[in-house]
Amino acid sequence: MSAIPSEAPNRPRGVATATPRGARRFADPLFHLTVRLAAASVAVLVVAIFIVLVLDARLSIRTFGLKFLWSDVWLPTNHQFGALSSIYGTLVSTAIAMAIATPLALVIALLLVELLHPAVSRVVGTAIELLAAVPSIIYGMWGLFVLAPFMGRHVEPWLSAHLGFIPVFSGPPLGIGMLTAGLILALMILPFITAVARDVLRMVPQVTKEAGYGMGSTTWEVTRKVSLRYGLQGIIGALFLGLGRALGETMAVAFVAGQLMQVKVGWFWNMNTITSTLANSFTEASDKLFLSVLIELGLILFAITVTIQLIAQVWLRRVGRSLGSER
Amino acid sequence: MSGFRDATRSGAPLEAPATAWPGGQAGAPPSGSAPISPQRQLRQRSPRTRRLADRAVRVFAWAAAWLGIAVLALILYAVVSRGLHAWSTDFFTRATPGDPMQTGGGMANAILGTVLITAFAAVLGIPLGLLAGIYLAEIGRGSRLATAVRIMANVLSGAPSIIVGIFAYALLVKPLGHYSGYAGGFALAVIMLPVMARTAEDMLVMVPNEMRESALALGAPRWKVTFGVVLRAARSGLVTGAVLALVRVSGETAPLLFTAFNSPFWTRGLGGPTANLTVTIYNFALSPYRNWQDLAWGAALLIVVAVLGVSVVARLLFARETER
Repeated sequence: MSAIPSEAPNRPRGVATATPRGARRFADPLFHLTVRLAAASVAVLVVAIFIVLVLDARLSIRTFGLKFLWSDVWLPTNHQFGALSSIYGTLVSTAIAMAIATPLALVIALLLVELLHPAVSRVVGTAIELLAAVPSIIYGMWGLFVLAPFMGRHVEPWLSAHLGFIPVFSGPPLGIGMLTAGLILALMILPFITAVARDVLRMVPQVTKEAGYGMGSTTWEVTRKVSLRYGLQGIIGALFLGLGRALGETMAVAFVAGQLMQVKVGWFWNMNTITSTLANSFTEASDKLFLSVLIELGLILFAITVTIQLIAQVWLRRVGRSLGSER
Repeated sequence: MSGFRDATRSGAPLEAPATAWPGGQAGAPPSGSAPISPQRQLRQRSPRTRRLADRAVRVFAWAAAWLGIAVLALILYAVVSRGLHAWSTDFFTRATPGDPMQTGGGMANAILGTVLITAFAAVLGIPLGLLAGIYLAEIGRGSRLATAVRIMANVLSGAPSIIVGIFAYALLVKPLGHYSGYAGGFALAVIMLPVMARTAEDMLVMVPNEMRESALALGAPRWKVTFGVVLRAARSGLVTGAVLALVRVSGETAPLLFTAFNSPFWTRGLGGPTANLTVTIYNFALSPYRNWQDLAWGAALLIVVAVLGVSVVARLLFARETER
């Protein structure tokens, strides 16, 4: 016992030095309380946003009632407002984005997990992740100045000439519209879906896949019948996350979706989404009612995205547990 | 798991007659409700078709990955080629032109405004996020509050950023009667908070428990263990996470549209409408004036260089640190 030096020579700085007794009694409970409050503030914020939106949307809710949701009138000068065209535009652009991004994200995830050498996979994976780091205003500018003219000059005329019998491929081929907005959104959510899908495919145990290969399956067969089935729930969760992003994306869409408050079947038409309407009209909202209408649009969007996020979180959590992930 | 269950549970002989189940049309499946077992499905197709399908998917996967990389390259090319010639000494030293007829002008006030707004967001968001992360990783790891906070943090970070802008508008702009850079910084802090909390948690959880235990065994109180040992051990990860979160919000536009708004004047503080890069890009890019559009591209290049540059460097540094 006496061999232990009374002064530890390499004691880490700032640790276990003497603390006054009184401070010790209060410091730890205070510390616990502080961090607990900080953590709770995150949850409180979500609730606070909801309450604030409801309060500020009251005027609009009282004026138009539920009819607001399916009315397509939008006459700010006459104080007549309906959300239909915005909701419709949001749903159409998101649907286009999901239809394009889902298959691409899944095969890229497959490529990253199964087909590429790990070193190459890391490089390709980083490049795809960088797509998520590009600010959305850059996507918007690029969409407006590069992609939209290209769509208007080449893609949309070609589509209406060859696939024009499908009603959605119609409208003035100017490049500004739902199709371009959906395309930009697809590019923006691609990295998010890819990242989760890659993690899900990585969780499939090696022996499970090897059993498939052992029976003579090709890579695609193992992926389709073993990995995807094993990770199906996780993939669905990934799609929900992408969906939430696409619904709420603002700046990219504000540049290329258009500004007309109309409901059209054709995807080349200049329309609007909830987010683009908010971005374009909010600071110009001249009277209280107009402002309240815009905040109600925001409330609708917030309710939709929070619901989708909650479903996705709870779902992914359950899947994670059943696949044996820690948290 | 499910891939096998079908095969073993159905109990059907592997040599089921091929005619009994051709493509699922002729006749009922032999073993009642059991789904098609993988083996039998494979049996139907010739090796050539199967190899072809496999090849097709590989080609598609490569094409998709190249498409993603090509889009990244195209965006970078557009921004660099159009933005670079807007960069001049004026660009970095003069204020934005308030009048479209005015030629020249720069982005200096917007650059300063963005830096100040982001700094204010960092002052609010990083400490609070770090404390929340400490709760999630150190104090309440398995508690119900922690689970709820984790879910809510993900919900908040998935909430549309323009909604956070409206929230800040309703709290700080409407009651005060004027736009302000503080409101913009607050909105960005709300966006940063959940990201910072989850990142901090992930970094703190990686610190081995032995370090906490030895410090506790020396008689250190919990707060000292956390700040003196755990945070210090996770320092590089925490810094990387904070920098990435900060850089991410510095490129945000939607939360600033109706909070910080914009201004053609010199940035003197955050008390009033504050010039900032992203909203200026939005206004200038959608304007019909050539000079404004050029400035917008220049500002876009600045943001891309800052955001992508810092993300890549932070990743590389952190990767090297963790390898060691």
